Amino acid sequence: MTRRVGAVAFNTFREAVRDRVLYNLILFALLLVACAPLISEISVGVQRVLLINLSLTAISIFGTVISIFVGISLVSKEIERKTLYPVLARPVGRGEFIVGKYFGLAGTLAVNTLAMTVGFYLVLFLIMRNVTAADTNVLIAVYFLLLQFLVVIGLALLFSSFSSPLLSALFTLALFVAGSFAQDLRGFAGSAHGVARWFSWSASYIVPNVDRLNVITRVAHDEKISAALVGYNTVYALLYSCVAVSGAMLIFSRRNLK
Amino acid sequence: MAALEILGLEKTYTVGFWRKTKKIGLKPFHLEVQAGEVFGFLGPNGAGKTTTLKLLMGLTFPTAGSARILGRDWRDPAIRARIGFLPEQPYFYDYLTPTELLDYYGTLSGVSAADRRIRIPKLLERVGLAEHARVQLRKFSKGMLQRVGIAQAVLHEPEVVFLDEPMSGLDPVGRREVREFIQALNQEGKTVFFSTHILADAQALCHRVSVLNRGELRGVGVVAELLGKARKQFDVIWEGAAVIPKVEAIGVSCHVAGDTIRATVEEAKLQDVLNIVRGPNARLVSVNPVGGSLEEFFLERVAQTAEVRR
Repeated sequence: MTRRVGAVAFNTFREAVRDRVLYNLILFALLLVACAPLISEISVGVQRVLLINLSLTAISIFGTVISIFVGISLVSKEIERKTLYPVLARPVGRGEFIVGKYFGLAGTLAVNTLAMTVGFYLVLFLIMRNVTAADTNVLIAVYFLLLQFLVVIGLALLFSSFSSPLLSALFTLALFVAGSFAQDLRGFAGSAHGVARWFSWSASYIVPNVDRLNVITRVAHDEKISAALVGYNTVYALLYSCVAVSGAMLIFSRRNLK
Repeated sequence: MAALEILGLEKTYTVGFWRKTKKIGLKPFHLEVQAGEVFGFLGPNGAGKTTTLKLLMGLTFPTAGSARILGRDWRDPAIRARIGFLPEQPYFYDYLTPTELLDYYGTLSGVSAADRRIRIPKLLERVGLAEHARVQLRKFSKGMLQRVGIAQAVLHEPEVVFLDEPMSGLDPVGRREVREFIQALNQEGKTVFFSTHILADAQALCHRVSVLNRGELRGVGVVAELLGKARKQFDVIWEGAAVIPKVEAIGVSCHVAGDTIRATVEEAKLQDVLNIVRGPNARLVSVNPVGGSLEEFFLERVAQTAEVRR
């Protein structure tokens, strides 16, 4: 089973690389190069904050866009092009296929994020002339972004297991945006009454709480991120992804292929 | 031993906005294919051949019925390692080379890395793609993709090979190569189940055939028996219009096209016609058998369905 999942994951990674998904790294590099003169004009104290905010936001946007738009095509493209037929005619379970696809895209994003992070530290060193222990705090924010990507890929896979690519993209994007306001929804639930309270409380737990995974501003201002939050976010993201991928497996295992 | 048993497989689709209208894709039918056989699954376009193969491969689910492949339930994942499948008009990951594609499929089928290293170059050589082993599939023609398709279907050395329209879209050379490949597979002891609407291919390759039309199995026949029953006729072609009256005098009608004359002759009258056209004032060009009962068997079965529908 592991070998089959690994083979599907590796093929998914290879497809992303050959379809030039990682070309976004060039855009990221160009963005940093274009902003470097601007950053160097700003006073020393703000330079670092701006660079961290800019770089991590770029990593978040690029990663989320790839998670959604590559994620929704992981299954639908295989069905549409019928490349899935010779795969499923082999001793490959539909669940194994879904899990392999998930890990393949997760691996692609891990490599992508790692490359961007290296780029960020390189530019930080060039501008600040040193990298301090406090700067390693940024790695926690990057780790949270990776967890966010895992959640988004899970959702994209879930929706693409039963709907069209366009609808899947809309659903995933809508949930992601709603998830960015998950904390506000919980706050609203606390002050609302009746159906509104019940509805907003339920919605706040259904949507992915990506708000909690965003600590970019906090690390930019050297705010300490507690180990408890790291633990909570890790468990939350993994559980949420598991539920989404399990849903995708369940739906896909019953789907008739055209 | 039966390599394949289809036990009342049935497929009904629900169509329309509310999914309330039922459309029959495949009426329940039974079919048995023996091990070592080359079996032709005949039918016009839209007959349900691909639906049947997709059901057997687990790509779609039947409304009712079941099947057994090599004595085991067709849904058993373990059985998939013992069967090969070529889909109709195959499309593969075009960013891969044939070597990478076969390596991927080999891994999924449980072929060890050592075996893949040995088998893949040999197989590519066998299907005539050795020179293109490192070229991405996006640069391949349809015929080349079909060869890749056949290679992937037999890479893991399956006992039963299912081929969906393996000759479709191929030029005459490609068709002959695929025919030879199927014959070679059969000589190696493999069971081949292939769908086609090209009767000449079925006649040349199959031990038995079945006819499917509008989702309904219309009959199963042994090719050798069907050919034996043939009402034998021959196309005789010659030059020399002067002998036409003599030929027509024995009850054979002639068709003139330029300098050549063609007549379709029953076996009983063949010798008399040949005696005439081999004589003075004529030159015999060719004598070829025509028709054949496989075509008759097919057309008869297809027509039966149409009559039942009326």
